Amino acid sequence: MKPMTTPTPATPLIPLPLTIARALTTAGAALTALSTFLAWTWTKAFPGNLTVTGYPGGLQLLTLTGALLTLIQLLATWNTPGLRWLSPTRSHTPTTYLAAGTLATTWYTLIAISVQLGGLANLEPGGYLAAAAALLTLAGALALPFERRPTHAARTPLPPPRPLPAWAEILIIAAAFALALSVLTYGIGTAYGELFTGFLLLTGFATAALFAAGLITRLSALTHKHRNITVTAAFIAAAAFPLTQDTDEYTLIVVNILIFSTVALGLNVVVGLAGLLDLGYVAFLGVGAYTAALVSGSTASTLHIHFPFWAAVLTGAAASLVFGVVIGAPTLRLRGDYLAIVTLGFGEIFRITVGNLNGESGPSLTNGPNGIPNIPDLAIGNYNFGEKQKLGFITLNPFANYYLLMLLVTVLVVLVFSRAGNSRIGRAWIAIREDETAATAMGINGFRLKLLAFALGATLAGLAGTVQAHVAYTVVPEQYVFAGPVPPNSAFLLAAVILGGMGTITGPLLGAALLYLIPAKLQFLQDYQLLTFGIALILLMRFRPEGIIPNRRQQLEFHEPTTTATPPAPKAEAQTS
Amino acid sequence: MTTTSDAPAAPLLAATGVTMRFGGLTAVRAVDLTVHPHQIVGLIGPNGAGKTTFFNCLTGLYTPTEGTVTYRGTRLPPKPHLVTTAGIARTFQNIRLFANMTVLENVLVGRHTRTKEGLLAALLRGPRFHRAEKTSEERAMELLEFTGLANKRHHLARNLPYGEQRKLEIARALASEPGLLLLDEPTAGMNPHETRTTEQLVLAIREKGTAVLVIEHDMRFIFNLCDHVAVLVQGQKLVEGTPDTVQSDERVIAAYLGTPLENPPGDDTDPTGDAT
Repeated sequence: MKPMTTPTPATPLIPLPLTIARALTTAGAALTALSTFLAWTWTKAFPGNLTVTGYPGGLQLLTLTGALLTLIQLLATWNTPGLRWLSPTRSHTPTTYLAAGTLATTWYTLIAISVQLGGLANLEPGGYLAAAAALLTLAGALALPFERRPTHAARTPLPPPRPLPAWAEILIIAAAFALALSVLTYGIGTAYGELFTGFLLLTGFATAALFAAGLITRLSALTHKHRNITVTAAFIAAAAFPLTQDTDEYTLIVVNILIFSTVALGLNVVVGLAGLLDLGYVAFLGVGAYTAALVSGSTASTLHIHFPFWAAVLTGAAASLVFGVVIGAPTLRLRGDYLAIVTLGFGEIFRITVGNLNGESGPSLTNGPNGIPNIPDLAIGNYNFGEKQKLGFITLNPFANYYLLMLLVTVLVVLVFSRAGNSRIGRAWIAIREDETAATAMGINGFRLKLLAFALGATLAGLAGTVQAHVAYTVVPEQYVFAGPVPPNSAFLLAAVILGGMGTITGPLLGAALLYLIPAKLQFLQDYQLLTFGIALILLMRFRPEGIIPNRRQQLEFHEPTTTATPPAPKAEAQTS
Repeated sequence: MTTTSDAPAAPLLAATGVTMRFGGLTAVRAVDLTVHPHQIVGLIGPNGAGKTTFFNCLTGLYTPTEGTVTYRGTRLPPKPHLVTTAGIARTFQNIRLFANMTVLENVLVGRHTRTKEGLLAALLRGPRFHRAEKTSEERAMELLEFTGLANKRHHLARNLPYGEQRKLEIARALASEPGLLLLDEPTAGMNPHETRTTEQLVLAIREKGTAVLVIEHDMRFIFNLCDHVAVLVQGQKLVEGTPDTVQSDERVIAAYLGTPLENPPGDDTDPTGDAT
């Protein structure tokens, strides 16, 4: 294979000869890795036991991982046999990112120790060594030729990958999913906030490194080629999650993440495809949840009826659909900001109305602020979701049952999103988002299609709501606010869509997972949560306006080189054929 | 109501007494216009004469205050999407592409009225859905070949050079299989070479059996192409006829260039400087 023509290297931030820079980085990374085997502090008061000399523990493991990844990535850019595939772009940027990630994780650990235990005196020499070595690594990495705009570097056409047999490619996809699942499981399973912060820092930088190294581009080329296998692998990886858990503790978190991300994906139909800014979307989730609660046979329900699950789901989705049409029909004639204000109002009206339907200030339906508690567990035939179920060798805990059910709902919503989005209707939605006047001049009935998007979004949220009612065992009006500490709420849903990437499938799923996990894991953020998210969103809009996972279209939009570049699509086609 | 001498059959489009008032301002006053099949009709006039307003009245973006517009004998409803469904497609004076969609997708959107697959079909993806998508794509590709944009089908519309954006807008309008195409200043901002290419394109569209009504300021373009020209001045139709008649009409020249001053500037005999 011909060596890749490196993208024009910018002058490194620290001027050093290349050989010295490389040596510095290597030595620094190796030293950092070694330092994790030393004690960083002398007391066990800091969680994770960093006092042992001989093997790393807790946050030290993250530093070790970061240091090793830096080393491997640097070796890969050196054309080390066997590692070359790790760096298709041959750029030094991923090394720099990883070094920065290692530094961030290490220094965060050391600062957290000093702050929590009261002073630098709590650090052992191993800690100082780690701090110095991590700094050395980054200094070395910054002396390497650095590509300032990594997004561009990732977009310069890569050399064609070495042809692999189909089974090897499938194996790579499977390995990638297994890796992603284990990283995610580790993140969800982090036992204390400090470890989660360290994890977030390292994975953040590592993800940036993966993009810069071109590995994501390579992987997406593979997944594009084996689309069905990828989808199956993703589903299996997701379905396998409960098997990695012994208790229900983290499964409950993941069920809630799934609910949150499914609703976010439903909102993505409305916001991402049709471009309708809906600030009261959580109300549709509420309609679905309340409907399901009312017909669940709960003792607190004012309607003393018990629908079977399938009927409850249909009723909940239908109720949301009706609400969607009733709200949409008068308001969708408005454009832009006006629609946002009206939907914001509708969201609040829903919450307040539900709070007042208590028999005193209104008809007795929802028990007012007390909500509907004691929603019984779901049962399909003899299969009770609330009990441990044994299927062959597999034991499924209650929340694992709900998790698998919710996963099916998510798959359904993903299917609806992708199929609707990639059709005549989806194109019409995007056309309306782009230019409504031109769209109507093309024969698109703007109002009708906007109403369709609104109703579809509402139905999907209602569907998720029916499951949510059973998972939470209780519904109260305060779950469905515009902005609050616990997702899902309207503001967080919108943030998940924008953070993840509008108009994509994986974007809102990832965005929702992050927005759920971060407040759940970092308890100290509670008071500053909205502030932090505000700042995070502003930073995101400044540096990556297309979201974490960009829509192919939006990636072209925001990062198109000045000249009309060769589009990626024909290349992908050539690979499929 | 003037009828053109070369009119072979019933008119494709007939606007009668179209008047558009915005409050106290009458932008278009009692304009009659007919377009016959296979005709290229030009609509010219100085800036602000009401040409685009008249176009908007034809395509349903505005509801005319008075007057009727009929297409193939049936009265057009004042809703843009129904006008397009009936068979009239248009382009815009300031390009209005779907900037963040690809070239191919833009043309596929133009196919909206000629396909029927709804949400349910899209979700179930039956064989009919696949067939319809395939036909749409083939048809769209044909149009891209026709306008010479086929090799740019995966580009974002916003990244096309100006001239090609104009062409794409025409391709998108043609995708709705119109009987009449309304072009609003198709060569504005083009260099002479691009203008000639557009001329060829418009002639080719006529060859395909689509009549064209075009607003244009480029007189060479108009007089090269049009079978029939109408002049709009201050919202009223001033002259109508073959390019030759219009070209030699003094009133048209006056409307564009003004009449010679009776008292040229600098002549201090008449301090009021009475100009027309």
